[in-house]
Amino acid sequence: MSIWEYANPKKFMQTSAWALPWFTGLAVVTLLTGLIWGFFFTPEAANFGTTVKIIYIHVPSAMMAINVWAMMLVTSLIWLIRRHHVSALAAKAAAPIGLVMTLIALFTGAIWGQPMWGTWWEWDPRLTSFLILGLFYLGYLALWAAIDNPDTAADLTGVLCLVGSVFALLSRYAVNFWNQGLHQAASLSVDAEENVSDVYWYPLLLCMAGFVLLFIVLVLIRTRTEVRSRRLQALEARERLA
Amino acid sequence: MKSLKKKRRVQVLLLTAFALVLATALIGYSMRDGINFFRSPSQVLSEPPKPGETFRIGGLVETGSLVRGASETVTFSVTDGAATVPVSFTGVLPDLFNEGQGMIGTGKMEGEVFIASEILAKHDESYMPKEVIDALKEQGVYQAPGS
Repeated sequence: MSIWEYANPKKFMQTSAWALPWFTGLAVVTLLTGLIWGFFFTPEAANFGTTVKIIYIHVPSAMMAINVWAMMLVTSLIWLIRRHHVSALAAKAAAPIGLVMTLIALFTGAIWGQPMWGTWWEWDPRLTSFLILGLFYLGYLALWAAIDNPDTAADLTGVLCLVGSVFALLSRYAVNFWNQGLHQAASLSVDAEENVSDVYWYPLLLCMAGFVLLFIVLVLIRTRTEVRSRRLQALEARERLA
Repeated sequence: MKSLKKKRRVQVLLLTAFALVLATALIGYSMRDGINFFRSPSQVLSEPPKPGETFRIGGLVETGSLVRGASETVTFSVTDGAATVPVSFTGVLPDLFNEGQGMIGTGKMEGEVFIASEILAKHDESYMPKEVIDALKEQGVYQAPGS
């Protein structure tokens, strides 16, 4: 048994078909619990009032925007080195989800910034690197669409993914590199002392887990669609030859 | 990539990653001072801005220094613990703005006073329930963030 068995399209389709309902159920339960808990059963925060509840959308989506790119980096590298097609398709399937996560994070961030900081947008290092990450998602999708040969497209987008990782890393660590920015430090991180009060922290953890599960569900569905569309193209090509 | 052997592909990727890291490090190093969003009062005093230069200053609003004038004008001092710069501002302040809280102002120095054209509030990531803070304040053990 090797993990590379799942790179076989047939094996991947079988396993993902089995896993999808479980992940879907888990995602729905986790996300609903986390969001309802966060939105309706947490107290108002000092200074921030009820607006603090934006973190239940903002923090998970910003985290996913960065982590989806990391996942695309890993799958792209697997494609570039080992030439597993499913891996390249998984990266392609993840990009639109990551783009939407980036947009959600930018949008909710603006709603937070207007009443709290006094501005919708500032060219702060973290905000700027995050915007550039969003533009990289757009460029990545455009590059996939621009190249007809699927293998060449997978190669070139893989390299673009490598370059974009710089900004994924920057937007994650910008607040640590340049501490004289507008954006506050990360609400949660494994290595830092905890700052967010526990009443907000537990539902936030659930929401983050829910977003991860939601992403797994979406990326499985989309990768399955990509695999099927690949098969369809192969069938059509065979038809034309016959 | 297609025509290359696996070993060569790994080498190409390693080279690419190395070049990327190097480029990022060089850009980051050369811009290390330019990327900061604002300057602290110490930086402003030790390296005075050019006359008429517009820049951002950031720090905590010094406790006891906030004076709300007759109209919309407010004056206060911004401090980073080591140095203090007086600020004057006319306009609408963000809700979070208060003594002991963080702020970032855009404007220029006129003499010793920083004339701000825009004031933003900066806060840290410690979100606490209101009741907890009130209770702590009642017991007299509450410490404002950053103090």
